[in-house]
Amino acid sequence: QTLDKKAVTSLILKEIHFPKPKAPTDIISTVEFNHTGELLATGDKGGRVVIFQREQESKNQVHRRGEYNVYSTFQSHEPEFDYLKSLEIEEKINKIRWLPQQNAAYFLLSTNDKTVKLWKVSERDKRPEGYNLKDEEGRLRDPATITTLRVPVLRPMDLMVEATPRRVFANAHTYHINSISVNSDYETYMSADDLRINLWNFEITNQSFNIVDIKPANMEELTEVITAAEFHPHHCNTFVYSSSKGTIRLCDMRASALCDRHTKFFEEPEDPSNRSFFSEIISSISDVKFSHSGRYIMTRDYLTVKVWDLNMENRPIETYQVHDYLRSKLCSLYENDCIFDKFECVWNGSDSVIMTGSYNNFFRMFDRNTKRDVTLEASRENSKPRAILKPRKVCVGGKRRKDEISVDSLDFSKKILHTAWHPSENIIAVAATNNLYIFQDKVN
Amino acid sequence: MFARGLKRKCVDQEEVEEGALAGFSSIPSYSLQRQSLLDMSLVKLQLCHMLVEPNLCRSVLIANTVRQIQEEMTRDGVGRGTAPQSTGRAPLDRLVSTEILCRTVRGPEAGCPVPDLGDGAIQGPLPELYTVDSAEVPRSPQSSLWEMDSPRENRGSFQKSLDQIFETLEHKNPSSMEDLFSDMDSSYYDLDTMLTGMMSSSKPGLCDGLDSFAAAAPSPGSSCKSDLGELDHVVEILVET
Repeated sequence: QTLDKKAVTSLILKEIHFPKPKAPTDIISTVEFNHTGELLATGDKGGRVVIFQREQESKNQVHRRGEYNVYSTFQSHEPEFDYLKSLEIEEKINKIRWLPQQNAAYFLLSTNDKTVKLWKVSERDKRPEGYNLKDEEGRLRDPATITTLRVPVLRPMDLMVEATPRRVFANAHTYHINSISVNSDYETYMSADDLRINLWNFEITNQSFNIVDIKPANMEELTEVITAAEFHPHHCNTFVYSSSKGTIRLCDMRASALCDRHTKFFEEPEDPSNRSFFSEIISSISDVKFSHSGRYIMTRDYLTVKVWDLNMENRPIETYQVHDYLRSKLCSLYENDCIFDKFECVWNGSDSVIMTGSYNNFFRMFDRNTKRDVTLEASRENSKPRAILKPRKVCVGGKRRKDEISVDSLDFSKKILHTAWHPSENIIAVAATNNLYIFQDKVN
Repeated sequence: MFARGLKRKCVDQEEVEEGALAGFSSIPSYSLQRQSLLDMSLVKLQLCHMLVEPNLCRSVLIANTVRQIQEEMTRDGVGRGTAPQSTGRAPLDRLVSTEILCRTVRGPEAGCPVPDLGDGAIQGPLPELYTVDSAEVPRSPQSSLWEMDSPRENRGSFQKSLDQIFETLEHKNPSSMEDLFSDMDSSYYDLDTMLTGMMSSSKPGLCDGLDSFAAAAPSPGSSCKSDLGELDHVVEILVET
């Protein structure tokens, strides 16, 4: 499936609407910059991947510097039906991870609940002309009319971006895949489902190694699942995985083939004063991310973001409250299932700021050095063009000031689960249901 | 999430016990709230299914919550003789305290009552609730949660009353179930053994009351600071047309 590259102009608030009318399948389910930040990929509930490319800076249009425009769109996964279990397999893209660029083409992994695919995205801007046996429309020429031989030449054509599936890694997961992570050796990657983690070689699709298996022999004893997993950014033998009980395990693949025993175990002791029936649910980790430096890991649970030093297992070094005002609403959030929402978290390029989403289309940023934080909103109604986004504030109780919003007015259907931060610049991508917002630094 | 008859009865009991007008607007007692949470959790374990495999993480978390409630109910039931923690609680505990999730793995627990919590409300005087048949320990719905349901016809029916379901649990022969599922390995569960007819909308006051006792006090500080300060040079957000 190809798409002529075209610029999507006049992006309001740099917000990019998918061309189709709003449908449940347009809900964005993952957002990821590539390693240079030139490309931004989104996956949606309908199994589509849309890749945006940053415009080259030009002297003529200084303030159009670095706009992201649609580069390629393709259908990555289709809905499937598991006949054995009589169940549908959703085509929703759970995660996209880019491979580092090694030649002119771009490679990414995209996964739904069961199958990982390696996609190659490449440009074609020349085409051969002057075939001997075919004419320009591709029809076979009558051999009797061919009197001379010629050498086909490559002539420029309109730029075409093609996405082709190069590998399909299927049938390795009984449970739902929640994470994929490319190893720093660029030869292997891992895929994690609720109970198992598998290691793949990019070249081999019919085999994978199982490196973590927490499935109990008796499923009646199942009390904990894997929620996220990631390779260390530099050490290709090291990875972490998080659990629904709020723990993180760091494993070393050199220790044994099956990493059943962790090398490190990160868990914060429970605060007895905060204990409730919902304590375990809100401690479940929804995302885990290594810092770019590899020294820290960040985890997101329902109410907080925590930063852990790899050298200290007994508690995090930093804890940030994302929306603590929800603590008194946990029963209602349990009733409407919001308590199970899985928020992601991201580092900025220098590991000095962390960002995560919340409800009401709010997202939060925490500066680790100054300890300042800010709440912003991804919404067109509240932003004027060329203005700096105004910080938002949630009023917890008592008098509500003019610009504040009270907890009871929050819209829990507008949740920001997926965000991404450019690897080196202050450009962020925020997915608000089926809208994508891209914000960047003010240009002076 | 009570059956309507049940709640009224409980409130009536409260009124009778405490001699005061409880009314529907008052916050239910701790044990009632806890029971409601348990019922809500059981309903939740049923809701996500049909065409797509249910979310295993969510199911595990809900099941763990159910187990926590059950364990606390057990503790309260056992230690009730020593010091009831609030007035009017003891008889209600007997009413709602259940061992419905007895696990065969741990062996049949002594005194494993299966109360009748269906729409028919409470039958007869309270002590009759504790008919125990130790030979018919209900198989843990936990196990049936994760294994595949074999009879296809169960998939469609929803509206069984809770007492029918508990009877089903009671009478299932554990070992035969395990034989049936021993070679199956799948991540979704037999929903229909625990169907409930108690799918009513949320009762007023439940979550308010539950939130107030279940959660710690919200942190006094505001959740964000409004001045960007040094954050300016880190992220200044531009909105362009």
